Amino acid sequence: MTGNKTGTAKISIRNLYKIFGARPEQAMEHVREGMGKSELLDQQAHVLGLQDINVDMQAGEITVIMGLSGSGKSTLIRHVNRLIEPTAGEVWVNGQNVLDYDEVRLRDMRLNSMSMVFQKFALLPHKTVAENAGMALAVRGNTRAETVAAGKKWLERVGLTGYEDHYPHQLSGGMQQRVGIARALASDSEVMLMDEAFSALDPLIRTDMQDLLLELQNDLHKTIVFITHDLDEALKLADHLVILKDGYVVQQGEPQYILLNPNDPYIEDFVSDINRARVLRVRSVMTADSDRAGEFDGDVDANDTLEQLISLSGGDTYKVYRVLNDGEAVGVLNMKHLVRALVPARVEQRTVM
Amino acid sequence: MAYYDRTFDALGLRDWCDATGGEAKLSMADLLAQANAGNAEDGPIFPFPSLDALHEACLAIPQSRDFVASVESGFLAIKDALKLVLDPPTQPLSWMLEWALQAVNAVPWWLILPLLFVSVWYVSRSRAVTAFVILVFACLGFIDHLDPALQTLSIVLVCTGISILFGVPIGIAMAKSDGLQRTVLPVLDLLQTLPTFVYLIPLIFLFSVTEPKLYGIAIIAYAIVPVIRLTDLGIRLVDRDVVEAADAFGMSPRQKLWGVELPLALPNIMAGINQTIMMSLAMVVIASLVSAPGLGVLVLRGIRNLELGVGLIAGLGIVLLAIVLDRVSKAALERVSAVQKH
Ligand SMILES: Nc1ncnc2c1ncn2[C@@H]1O[C@H](COP(=O)(O)OP(=O)(O)OP(=O)(O)O)[C@@H](O)[C@H]1O
Ligand SMILES: [Mg+2]
Repeated sequence: MTGNKTGTAKISIRNLYKIFGARPEQAMEHVREGMGKSELLDQQAHVLGLQDINVDMQAGEITVIMGLSGSGKSTLIRHVNRLIEPTAGEVWVNGQNVLDYDEVRLRDMRLNSMSMVFQKFALLPHKTVAENAGMALAVRGNTRAETVAAGKKWLERVGLTGYEDHYPHQLSGGMQQRVGIARALASDSEVMLMDEAFSALDPLIRTDMQDLLLELQNDLHKTIVFITHDLDEALKLADHLVILKDGYVVQQGEPQYILLNPNDPYIEDFVSDINRARVLRVRSVMTADSDRAGEFDGDVDANDTLEQLISLSGGDTYKVYRVLNDGEAVGVLNMKHLVRALVPARVEQRTVM
Repeated sequence: MAYYDRTFDALGLRDWCDATGGEAKLSMADLLAQANAGNAEDGPIFPFPSLDALHEACLAIPQSRDFVASVESGFLAIKDALKLVLDPPTQPLSWMLEWALQAVNAVPWWLILPLLFVSVWYVSRSRAVTAFVILVFACLGFIDHLDPALQTLSIVLVCTGISILFGVPIGIAMAKSDGLQRTVLPVLDLLQTLPTFVYLIPLIFLFSVTEPKLYGIAIIAYAIVPVIRLTDLGIRLVDRDVVEAADAFGMSPRQKLWGVELPLALPNIMAGINQTIMMSLAMVVIASLVSAPGLGVLVLRGIRNLELGVGLIAGLGIVLLAIVLDRVSKAALERVSAVQKH
């Protein structure tokens, strides 16, 4: 889906490898010769963190990285702002290879055009919550008053009004995480890196934060890299979904497409537990012959969920709907197809779809 | 006949031995041996091949006392050069100590004590600690030990201040460079394990006993170790995630040091300062051997003249001073740690 946009991608990761250990260069040779993660660990005592990653992240989109614990998500996201040096490969941001940057330019990029939310919060324990939230401004040299004002503004957005003068250790984990989110938002950078930014939040606040992110995204069109364990969250937020396993990309693409066409048993397992009717949308299961003549049982929107369709049709699988997008007919939805899409596809049947 | 005669004969060194060997100077032990000439031969059957034993068999080999003498003359030979190098940079230490001691003498008690109590309050912010300090100094003053106590205190404070001034930057540099840490740690181990008297020996020859820097250097060399160690440790222990966040938001190394690393290492640095204070106090008592004024002088008088009461009371004063310094610095430590516990 996105392969053809390489030239315009905001962030483009090319052939990226990361090996942890004493002599990564040497281990890299073995990897080039085809050694896998577990063999490398057994025989060379090196951890293959990432292997041959190629991902394009478009400007104004949310790219979600998913994968099990230890699959290399945090390692990957740290390469974007070069908190980790790769063993091999390139990281392009705005058409420039970040690995060519000297210290000053790298710092400038981190300071002005990237912000990050950390899995472990990483707040400054000796600063108040408001100072923490405004940290990016303080680093840029703004006055304390400006820092605190910006901090307060974003703390309000994440629902932490009244805690400005507390210290981080006086807050619960979920509250600390929201301070971390406010800190990244306050920096107002074009790229936001969010490493499991919502993982410590309760379901209600989590939904609030997801909605906040989408709402901000509507206005501000930032480029967001978002890591999560949670498929529902990934499907809600993602424009582009990247699934990692043992340090390599198993599949990437439009989330609805991956859901309907998993190319690996690993992904099937991932997607098997999800409420597909609520997540899948009409546009993903319709057929695109918009000029088909004949009777329709009604018009539906391309972005309706299948759940809405089922309730609309009253469960009648003989119905056929015309699909509209912005008032224009774009396809036809047969309820039989819809029902079939509700059953997870197995890898071997993938071609049928 | 000396035991090792035959060894030298066998090695064919006899000529060399006799040719170079002059008449050795007689030591006291030799004179005694000559006096008891009759039983001169009943030394150990198989003596350790020491310089002295070998010298008996071969005059070309120096005696141990020659070795000691050469160490001494070696030190004396470089002494002037060493003094030339060490004198100017250490001179401010003398001035500061002199100035502090004069200030303690010159300023009347009704000015200096309130000043002291206010600073104690400022540092510790603890009513109990301040009250305790007031009580201790009231007692010391009541038994006419206020002046020596204040002298001791001022030496400790000056030496601690200088230790911090140098120790913290050294500790920071060590935390940033593994190589430097590897070189400095053995030196710190050495400074900490050397018996305290050993510092004094070379210093006495380098500087005159009337110069305060003589004991100043001895105290600092001994007491600077913990503040260096704990600064190094404290900065290395700063939460890696927080440092990473500082990097991610584009902090410069200087911003990171002042805004993240030092504040987070502060509890450890303060613990180091606390130990530095205690070690200065321990050393200032010993340094009274080389003219450091204060309570130590009274302790020394107690030992030299067997004046039990004088020694005991001065000792008690030192204990009280130690408790005061410990409480105040611990209270300050707690105050900084309270803000940033995780
Ligand atoms: N500094 C390091 N040294 C050695 N191995 C490392 C290091 N950092 C990460 N790894 C290894 O790299 C792999 C990926 O780690 P990473 O933290 O990226 O996982 P993750 O996908 O973020 O997991 P989680 O969901 O638990 O956060 C793991 O196998 C881990 O052991
Ligand atoms: Mg992670």
